[in-house]
Amino acid sequence: MNQMKDTWKLGGHEFTSRFILGSGKYSLELIRACVENAGAQIVTMALRRANEGGLANILDYIPKNVTMLPNTSGARNAEEAIRIAHLSREISGSDFIKIEIMRDTKYLLPDNQETIRAVDALAKEGFVVMPYMYPDLNCARDMRDAGAACIMPLGAPIGTNKGLATKEFIKILIREIDLPIIVDAGIGRPSQACEAMEMGAAAVMANTAIATAGNIQVMAEAFKKAIEAGRLAYRSGLGRVREDRADASSPLTGFLRDDEGEA
Amino acid sequence: MSGKNHINESILSETILEDQKENRIDHMKYLPGMEQIKSDVMDQVVDAMNRYDYTKYTAADVRRALAAEDRTPEDFAALLSPAALPYLEEMAQAAKIETRKHFGNSVCMFTPLYIANYCENYCIYCGFNCHNKIHRAQLNTEEIEEEMAAIAKSGLQEILILTGESRNRSTVQYIGEACKIARKYFRVIGIEVYPMNSDEYAYLHECGADYVTVFQETYNSDKYETLHLAGHKRIFPYRINAQERALMGGMRGVGFAALLGLDDFRKDAFATGMHAYLLQRKYPRAEIAFSCPRLRPIINNDRINPMDVHERQLLQVVCAYRLFMPFSSITVSTRECPRVRDNLVNIAVTKISAGSKTGVGSHSDEIADGDKGDEQFIISDDRDVEEVYHALQNLGLQPVMSDYIYV
Amino acid sequence: MNIRLNGKPCELEAPMTVAGLVEANGYRPELIAVEVNLAIIPKNAYSTTELSEGDVVEIVSFMGGG
Repeated sequence: MNQMKDTWKLGGHEFTSRFILGSGKYSLELIRACVENAGAQIVTMALRRANEGGLANILDYIPKNVTMLPNTSGARNAEEAIRIAHLSREISGSDFIKIEIMRDTKYLLPDNQETIRAVDALAKEGFVVMPYMYPDLNCARDMRDAGAACIMPLGAPIGTNKGLATKEFIKILIREIDLPIIVDAGIGRPSQACEAMEMGAAAVMANTAIATAGNIQVMAEAFKKAIEAGRLAYRSGLGRVREDRADASSPLTGFLRDDEGEA
Repeated sequence: MSGKNHINESILSETILEDQKENRIDHMKYLPGMEQIKSDVMDQVVDAMNRYDYTKYTAADVRRALAAEDRTPEDFAALLSPAALPYLEEMAQAAKIETRKHFGNSVCMFTPLYIANYCENYCIYCGFNCHNKIHRAQLNTEEIEEEMAAIAKSGLQEILILTGESRNRSTVQYIGEACKIARKYFRVIGIEVYPMNSDEYAYLHECGADYVTVFQETYNSDKYETLHLAGHKRIFPYRINAQERALMGGMRGVGFAALLGLDDFRKDAFATGMHAYLLQRKYPRAEIAFSCPRLRPIINNDRINPMDVHERQLLQVVCAYRLFMPFSSITVSTRECPRVRDNLVNIAVTKISAGSKTGVGSHSDEIADGDKGDEQFIISDDRDVEEVYHALQNLGLQPVMSDYIYV
Repeated sequence: MNIRLNGKPCELEAPMTVAGLVEANGYRPELIAVEVNLAIIPKNAYSTTELSEGDVVEIVSFMGGG
């Protein structure tokens, strides 16, 4: 099985890496090594007012073969997200966009309703729309129906490194939505990324966990390996975990009869 | 053993064998007036069924399916395979846990009411088919009211209205009137009538009907064609899309069933489950119900036919439905005897009929014998409402007359 | 001529094109997107787009983000 090609798709583009790396909170010098150690094929970035003069720019540090995934952070509603998406496309030259809409500065929780509206508008324009969302099945269905390329539920509040706090709800999305489910936000340890992959997530996105690690490049590699391990476990089918519950002593099938003589 | 040539010989007669040789209309082509919806559900179901090779599953697949927290179509496929039969006890234990998890110990009670037995179809296995010289009858609105009043006295609050499948005799208007009367006496109204268009389902929903049951009989269209020789029912795709049209018409729930034993029961049960699964995914609000009718194997048959549906196989199918769709309602037919029915409600069945009569005008003493119609099939459980009620209580179950507030 | 550039007042020697503004401030065109009065200016139109009194100009680029 290991030899079998295990790829996944986003809006018709094929990827082998299932680790989407965030590029926030690093010193620029570390990013290239980090992307390489992570084996990441997709790197997210944010749009801001440009610095004047020839200051260092993140694009100088991102390997050229990596897919840029601009996010709409800073948007407080669908219209602002759409505007950021248009501007981002001018620079990235690609149609990938991660929708992030927050109107809460304390917890930074995504606004699902506004996100649905933004997905609808941008998908109609041909964007590969990747919505970051609070894992709600009804909203995920609406995003899917609006043309989202994947669903990106949060594992825990962004930046908290608290892991899969929303595990049961992400499982529901994985089961019910026929789109890649990418666990985004809150993943703090490689073991949590691994668990998300074991559950059947298509990919994991992480940023803070790596950017705030003791050794950033080594942690990038640790995540890469954990995500690969989780994926392999998912593909191979997890073994049975014996429950403590004892087998019932009175059989339920004792009533069955072989002869069908009874009318 | 190929399912292709399997037939339960009990349904064949000289006449039917002769009639099968006659030219018949194309069963895949819609007739005038039949609504064609845009849907790929039928293709998906048939494709999944054709690809289902139950011989490839092993004990390991069955154990994995049993251990799974949430079961996939692949798990369902494994649970329906012959490899799962040795695990029937484990399946029953797991099914019971799922049933209690989703339903507690409540079991819904209802009764079927046949308001007409006119039929325009020639289904070779059915007592109502248009070539059978049986006594036909159709209740008028007064008689319907008498029957319903008699049933309501027993304490039941849910009714299933049935007709033979004759659009001409039992019109949509006629069924609508029956629903309106039923609304006066019952909280939950199901209909099991011929398939119709979505606007007609919408009309019946307005009249008070909550859910629609349509038995597909078999999902193998080639076999279907040889069993349904004439009539609207012959049109396979129109029947298979009936549940979706009902949901489009606003019905709250839809019921599915294959008549197990008509064709390869494993494939038919798999298709039934996939049909429900796909529609539930497409219409997440839909409530899903399964019925589990079977043709009994022929007794004294010296050949052991692996396609036969004995009690073990019936239990396997019921458990597989429960484990695949733990939230679904499962009904067991009165074709089964009290021993089987009581044990199935203790494991996976969540809805049971009581005081069932399959003849027309059988509930009320007010209806003259000459106005009554013959029965569709002989029932094996003739217990009345009180007897079933007490049987459920003795099993530690809670009989429930209505699970809904009418909306 | 006065415009607003990235939220701040900015005085320009009139007339000036978007290309001129980008060059004068040392921006690298391949790394930025330019919006004048909420309309995105395509890169191939920088040299033909004249700025006018009161224009609101945004020049944006990527930075690290998750």
